[in-house]
Amino acid sequence: MASVTDAELKEMSQDERAKALGMTTEQLTGKSLYIEFDPEATDRYTYPWAYDVDFNKRTEIDTDNLTTTEVNIAIRDKMKEGYGTIVLQNPRGKHSLGVGILNKLNLIIEGSCGYFGVGLIDGPNVRITGRVGWSCGENMMSGTIVIEKNAGSTFGAAMRGGDLVCRGSVGSRTGIDQKGGTIIVGGDTGALSGFMMQRGRMVVCGNAGKNLGDSMYDGMIFVGGEIKSLGVDAIEAELTDLDRHWLTRKLTQYGLMPDKGVDHFTKIVAGKQLWNYDNLEPSEKKLIL
Amino acid sequence: MCGIAGLIHKGKSANVGSEMTAMLQALKHRGPDSTGYAVYGEPKDGDYIMRLKVAEAEDMAKGRGITQILETRIREVEEIMAECGATVKDRQSATKYAHRYVLGHDGDEASIGEMAKMIEEIDGVEILSIGRGLELIKDLGDASVVAGLYGLNDFVGTHGIGHTRMATESDVDIKSAHPYWAFPYNDVSVVHNGQITNYWIMRREMERKGHRFMSNCDSELLAVYTAHNLANGISLEDSLRKSIGEIDGVFTYLVATKDQLGMAKDTMAAKPLVLYESDDLIAMASEEVAIRAILPEEIDTYDPYDEEVRVWQA
Repeated sequence: MASVTDAELKEMSQDERAKALGMTTEQLTGKSLYIEFDPEATDRYTYPWAYDVDFNKRTEIDTDNLTTTEVNIAIRDKMKEGYGTIVLQNPRGKHSLGVGILNKLNLIIEGSCGYFGVGLIDGPNVRITGRVGWSCGENMMSGTIVIEKNAGSTFGAAMRGGDLVCRGSVGSRTGIDQKGGTIIVGGDTGALSGFMMQRGRMVVCGNAGKNLGDSMYDGMIFVGGEIKSLGVDAIEAELTDLDRHWLTRKLTQYGLMPDKGVDHFTKIVAGKQLWNYDNLEPSEKKLIL
Repeated sequence: MCGIAGLIHKGKSANVGSEMTAMLQALKHRGPDSTGYAVYGEPKDGDYIMRLKVAEAEDMAKGRGITQILETRIREVEEIMAECGATVKDRQSATKYAHRYVLGHDGDEASIGEMAKMIEEIDGVEILSIGRGLELIKDLGDASVVAGLYGLNDFVGTHGIGHTRMATESDVDIKSAHPYWAFPYNDVSVVHNGQITNYWIMRREMERKGHRFMSNCDSELLAVYTAHNLANGISLEDSLRKSIGEIDGVFTYLVATKDQLGMAKDTMAAKPLVLYESDDLIAMASEEVAIRAILPEEIDTYDPYDEEVRVWQA
């Protein structure tokens, strides 16, 4: 899909504008609706103010003596200059690095991040060679984040789109309030993962802690290892051929495909016994979801 | 919010004073009100080290009369020490209200405990710690301020725990700052990040069993609780496990003894802790940025899960 200009957006209806900006416009019917990956979505960098960057133009930023604010301003300055590949060096656990990037970009973080790393992003592909602290990828809208080591708690909290991948293990409350997108964990996840999940998919190749999927509204959780316990209203469902196909595709894409395939994954969905908003007006439903 | 940190060197001593300062300074944003250390040095000649305060920092603004009050309190403290058979080998004073004594004493731990109880009967006096290796220092301000005031950057030892406090449910003063000594048990200290929701129930239970509380800070309960368990022959690891079932709330806390460092995380894993383990050093903190302050190279770290308990030996 081609980019649209600010002027064109202003002429559109709300529905057209939402579609042009890559947002889902599905009607909430109380049934699960999933948006498959759209190859054309890679061209949806439609923010009128987005920088025109070249992936082959690469630069490094040594973050050692910079504050988080200075680093994040430097990223924007480099994008303004057309750099499409930016490498952050020596992050050493700094918080909030690379947040709020609404642009196509290859961001490589050589080392580990602290809290709220690359949250609120829409578009960039991020690779982190170290570990991340709490709330990595929180509220991300699109793009990919791949972490080579472990991650802290509330991994991908409230994320809406894109792929968030941790090759190691993650902390507790992974994907809390997840509203879309895909979370993939190569190792284990802690307690209350998928708590109040509303949409999207979570894949855990290892074990899951207690109260998995507690109070989830919708969405799917796939666990390759053991589940310590299920949360309230989370139930096991049958793994379909479509699930197997999707799991194989996603796990292969990120080099996390188990040798024994995907048949051993357990699928967890909402039992929907806690749903009590079907009597609401459509506008109220939108507020909830 | 509060920040906690701890480290333990296996089989060797290092400059834990400056290491803890670097870690706690990196956690300043989690709690700028006060900073505290419990660091463990090599015991010397069987001596005891006592850290005490004879006033709060804010008392110093009360005019000329306070100096005389403090001198009286110190004289009374030293009279009790002499009465109880303790020999003052050295006394250092970082401030007018904070003092460090090196004491010779031939009695057992129980007699040292009795002496501690008598000293604390003096109005305004609080013993921060007694031990053969433990030195507990806490004061208002960030780590660089406290380390500078108490000369901590040269402290050599095997392990330590520390705390940066954001006062939420009690005052900004030294008695509410962490770490807490597990009165009256030598060399046991605690730091905590979280909120204990059955504090008053547990406190009354501990008070009925004869334990003393010096503040209204919920974290002090963990020190008293640990002391109670150790006194009843429960191991540190078992005490930590027991606490997860008996203490309500959200918490992550660290306990140090003369040769051990332990951690426990509540059933919800609601409070953070990042762990680094190597063959000769274990370091942990509320945030990785604190560990990176002493280990800037790329390392592997992880978050312990809910109800996780670990104990390491120096």
